[in-house]
Amino acid sequence: MEVFKVMKLSKIKDLLRCKVFFEPQEFSEEEFSNACGSDLMSDVLTFVKEKVILLTGLVNPQVIRTAEMMDIKAVIIVRGKQPSEEMLKLAKEKCIALYSTDYPMFQACGILYENGLGKEGC
Amino acid sequence: MGLAKKGAEKMLLSMEFDIKAGDFVLAGEASSKIKDTLKKLGVKPEILKKVAIVSYEAEMNIVIHSVGGVLKAIISKDKIEIIAEDRGPGIENIELAMMEGYSTAPEEIRNLGFGAGMGLPNMKKYSDYFEIESQKGSGTRVYMVVLNK
Repeated sequence: MEVFKVMKLSKIKDLLRCKVFFEPQEFSEEEFSNACGSDLMSDVLTFVKEKVILLTGLVNPQVIRTAEMMDIKAVIIVRGKQPSEEMLKLAKEKCIALYSTDYPMFQACGILYENGLGKEGC
Repeated sequence: MGLAKKGAEKMLLSMEFDIKAGDFVLAGEASSKIKDTLKKLGVKPEILKKVAIVSYEAEMNIVIHSVGGVLKAIISKDKIEIIAEDRGPGIENIELAMMEGYSTAPEEIRNLGFGAGMGLPNMKKYSDYFEIESQKGSGTRVYMVVLNK
């Protein structure tokens, strides 16, 4: 199986059939080497890796704050939830890409992992 | 006095923010400003991340648990000091509060992704020096140092 050192955002979006809420210009070329799936922001704060995409079931502004603290440039909301108005506003302000996928957390993480994201070499 | 003056000479910048209790939209903005300032000063990413973690957790604690307080950052060449002081109500049992997983946060805080009892342990873990003083009925003061090396 092919193991990716990095995965392009465009591929992540395709795999999870993401809906776009906010995307900075020319962001589709952005590359990620790891993903963090969590609903506990204190745990996300301890996930000290580079080029991380965050998957979460939470839809409040603190998710964006946490992403900002950890230099996480993109957030995917699982289970097809809508971001709150405040969350979307803050994502735009902090220039953090925001998507949603209909997949639940377990499946969304599984699909990315199965396709090579976050495996050895990352 | 002499020592204090010597310390002050080495200090590059000091920042102070009022933190409002219960304001979950604004919570994190002070830590964001501290992080931006350190970035502009050319502080290394790994140091930046440690400061961001401890200041954000401290700021969230003031928002969640206190009646309000201040978050301070004192930036020197060799270290970054983060001080979180609130006006109460104080911690009844510090030893218990320092345990991973222990939390007194209500359900609505847990729904925000916090209040899982990881705040204080994270602050201790990611700072090079950690000190907490608190008394039930008065405020809490957390003093943390992240070395800039």
